[in-house]
Amino acid sequence: MSKPIIQVKDLSIFYGEKKAINSVNVSFSEKQVTAVIGPSGCGKSTLLRSLNRMNDFVENLRVEGEVLYKDQNIYAPKIDSADIRRQIGMVFQKPNPFPKSIYKNITWGPQINGYDFDPDALVEKCLKRAALWDEVKDRLDDSALALSGGQQQRLCIARAIAMNPEVILMDEPCSALDPKATSRIEDLILDLRNRYTIIIVTHNMQQAARISDETAFFFDGDLIEFGDTKEIFTNPVEEKTEDYITGRFG
Amino acid sequence: MTTKERRMKQDMLFRWCCRIVTFMALGVLLVLLSHIFSQGFKWLSWDFINSYPSRFADQAGIKSAVWGSIWVISFTAIFSVPFGVATAFFLEEYSNSNSKFVRLLQINIANLAGMPSIIYGLLGLTLFARGIGLGGSVLTGSLTLSLLILPVIVIASQEAIKAVPNSIRYGAYAMGARKWQVIVGQVLPAALPGIMTGVILSLSRAIGETAPLIIIGALSYVAFTPLGPFDDFTVLPVQIYNWAGRPQEEFHEIASAGIIVLLAVLFTMNLVAIMIRQKFQKYRM
Repeated sequence: MSKPIIQVKDLSIFYGEKKAINSVNVSFSEKQVTAVIGPSGCGKSTLLRSLNRMNDFVENLRVEGEVLYKDQNIYAPKIDSADIRRQIGMVFQKPNPFPKSIYKNITWGPQINGYDFDPDALVEKCLKRAALWDEVKDRLDDSALALSGGQQQRLCIARAIAMNPEVILMDEPCSALDPKATSRIEDLILDLRNRYTIIIVTHNMQQAARISDETAFFFDGDLIEFGDTKEIFTNPVEEKTEDYITGRFG
Repeated sequence: MTTKERRMKQDMLFRWCCRIVTFMALGVLLVLLSHIFSQGFKWLSWDFINSYPSRFADQAGIKSAVWGSIWVISFTAIFSVPFGVATAFFLEEYSNSNSKFVRLLQINIANLAGMPSIIYGLLGLTLFARGIGLGGSVLTGSLTLSLLILPVIVIASQEAIKAVPNSIRYGAYAMGARKWQVIVGQVLPAALPGIMTGVILSLSRAIGETAPLIIIGALSYVAFTPLGPFDDFTVLPVQIYNWAGRPQEEFHEIASAGIIVLLAVLFTMNLVAIMIRQKFQKYRM
């Protein structure tokens, strides 16, 4: 496997008194798709949000341990969390395009961050990479909210790409979409794997098997098993993993 | 009678109740309007709008009141909108809504919104007219009206800000935005239609206010238009009140004509505000 870009070291996350993540150690490889699977409430989304400090907005949340991004602890005091989020983008569970035009959805991020860019070229590049260009190229000034759910989610991916991130985190990006839109997003993720590091939380095991190179299985705040996706799905080491992927619980 | 028949009857009864109540309200409004128009319409002319008040009915005009209202309402908007919207953003986006202080603030704002306007007039008289010596000027009037409508603008803006889903804020944060950029770039534009509605409603209330302006010393006979914020003034409702209080029948009719002008000004203001709102609503579904 290629070298790790994000390393999680002894990470524990608490909601008030409740421990959601229990001293997890895991590393995510560069330019790979890593799937994070596990039953509802196992802490997989909490872990994902801790990788670009989106957890900062949750009240009563406490983080212990380290998350190293390119060997730098993103929870170190001098780190600017906005700077981290510029490099580690995020796509959310429910499509959340900005209530602006399709065009502005792409250009807003680079603009507020003072990037030097050619807006027309950027919009075209990002929408092409997100496989949305052909559907929207004639109506870039229309409201992003007029798009279908699947198109909105691809726009959110395009918007994340516009920031030129190294890593894109995806939090169950297909859970609000129909099967057809889901398969388009999956194709897109496979297209993007060579350019970006993608970490995707999913509760759909077939999806994890289809699109990921590596898989991490979480249960009740613990990382149970981590490894090559093929290995995990064909020959899991832990009994719990096997029970989960064969559908005995979850 | 079967249960089904009874429930259908109830349904129909409820529908008719709603209908009757609506038409009753509309009916009252219609009677009021027709009375005003039948009395005042014949006095309406360009001369009426473009003349100063006079003790002779056929020469009386409303020019000073129209311009006074425009001056006062413009300054009221300039004072109240930025303060009201900024306060709402502080309360919704920055303050900790669980703290005792903020809750006390909230309760006070809600109470202030329901205060009788004449009390604001007394406050304006003590604070602005006498306290800092602005007298019965346009500034005193607009500062007083600003205080009067500020709570309504704050509450309406807060509701509009609350209605912006958090997913938009998180989406913006995930792009590396800072808090002020999230607020100015995403939340404000998304909340603007709602904020505009609150602003329209409260400015419409301000333009019709009479009592606080009489208290602070708005004049009822003004034979000039204000040239600046420190000039004395009168406004439409004060002028109308003055005419309506005269013994002569003609002046009652002129008061009706004044009301028509006030309605026209109000209507224009609302139209402009709705047009602004439409422009920003383009990207909503």
